[in-house]
Amino acid sequence: MATATFRIWRGERGEGQFRDYTTETSEGMVVLDVVHEIQAEQAHDLAVRWNCKAGKCGSCSAEINGMPKLMCMTRLNTLPLDKPVTVEPMKSFPHMRDLVTDVSWNYEVKKRIPKFQPRRPDAPDGTWRIAQEDVERVQEFRKCIECYLCQDVCHVLRDHHMHDKFIGPRFLVYAAALEMHPLDVADRIPELTKDFGIGLCNITKCCTKVCPENITITDNAIIPLKERVVDRFFDPLSKLFKVFGGSNT
Amino acid sequence: MGGVRVDGDSQMSDVPGLFAAGECAAGLHGANRLGGNSLSDLLVFGKRAGEYAARFAKENALGAVSSQAIESAEKCALQPFERKSSENPYAVQHTLQDVMQDLVGIVRTEAEMLQALERIRELKAKSERVSVDGNREYNAGWHTALDLSNLLTVAEVITRAALERKESRGAHFRDDFPAKDEQSGKFNIVARKGTNGEVQLAHEPIPPMPQELQQIVEEMK
Repeated sequence: MATATFRIWRGERGEGQFRDYTTETSEGMVVLDVVHEIQAEQAHDLAVRWNCKAGKCGSCSAEINGMPKLMCMTRLNTLPLDKPVTVEPMKSFPHMRDLVTDVSWNYEVKKRIPKFQPRRPDAPDGTWRIAQEDVERVQEFRKCIECYLCQDVCHVLRDHHMHDKFIGPRFLVYAAALEMHPLDVADRIPELTKDFGIGLCNITKCCTKVCPENITITDNAIIPLKERVVDRFFDPLSKLFKVFGGSNT
Repeated sequence: MGGVRVDGDSQMSDVPGLFAAGECAAGLHGANRLGGNSLSDLLVFGKRAGEYAARFAKENALGAVSSQAIESAEKCALQPFERKSSENPYAVQHTLQDVMQDLVGIVRTEAEMLQALERIRELKAKSERVSVDGNREYNAGWHTALDLSNLLTVAEVITRAALERKESRGAHFRDDFPAKDEQSGKFNIVARKGTNGEVQLAHEPIPPMPQELQQIVEEMK
């Protein structure tokens, strides 16, 4: 057993300060275990959101030593314990208490994205035929656990607070999963460029870096969507045709 | 396996309007629930519980709630904030977990379970002295304090029922009664709240298997 110090943000509605807690640690512990230990022994009212302890529910998102991470998946042996480990709430969302933020904006954004709309069945018995290759393309996007760490790290949301103009990497992944679905026939490209603000993403790839499910958010979801937007609205050749060929949109 | 006693069709308990399904409900799996069976249990009986609960809600008017009962429940819930003692709710919870693991675990004996009852009694007294600080928002310490009385009730019911069943059957193994007893296989042990709040146990005969199920069992033989 060794002792370590955790510098945890305590406070309400954005107001607060770091407080140091020194506690016993043992092999195999993760940050969430330490937070629970501190809660049980030193700060009973320390607010923290968590559920599965297995990296699948996406509830315990926080910033550990400044990096957006799941507390339940961050082992102590990956952190330097000779100096205090900071644990802070996510910064892109309104703060509630201690480590808890209000992520409800994300649920409102999700409602705005046009739903899955399948084409007519391929066979008379109401079934479809799709190629395995087309199925595999979207599988990666479906691993998302909605922890919103990508939304937290994205500078468009975090630093520029453009929540009303930009849906964030999580929902670009969601839109990509629908757009690339082999059965889907809905068209989300006009919304992506206008209401969803895909142009605001300047592919710094921070979202990809923090994704606990290792989804290649930028390369596999956002860039292909950007390409579709460019093909439709910004292709110089078709612009020329538009100028000389009349109203071919 | 123990749990809330419910009607097999509607999943309603003895308390009108209170439905239970899945792992918290009793009766479906006999003395042991096999791996994988709980998922099919909750799919089938969760659907039934939902449907019967919806029907119950349609057929019955909203019950009258006494404002006095609400007031006393509210007072009770807020007590941990007002107490001046420094009994830690987490410590009580962790001790209870250790007691149940050590004394009412996989292999059970009368002596150990009697010891467990004694420890549960002590913990109950302690749980009435737990205190918490902070406010009501996201206060896990307060939630733990509120859970304690339910945890202690369930722990006591499990222990008393396990003492009462003087045989080994399914997931219940008694080191002092390692064999299955035919007579004990004919009843369930039902726990109810007595007039003074104490746990009362009763033996209730297991209903005979319906004809159509009996037939299926015969066909599968």
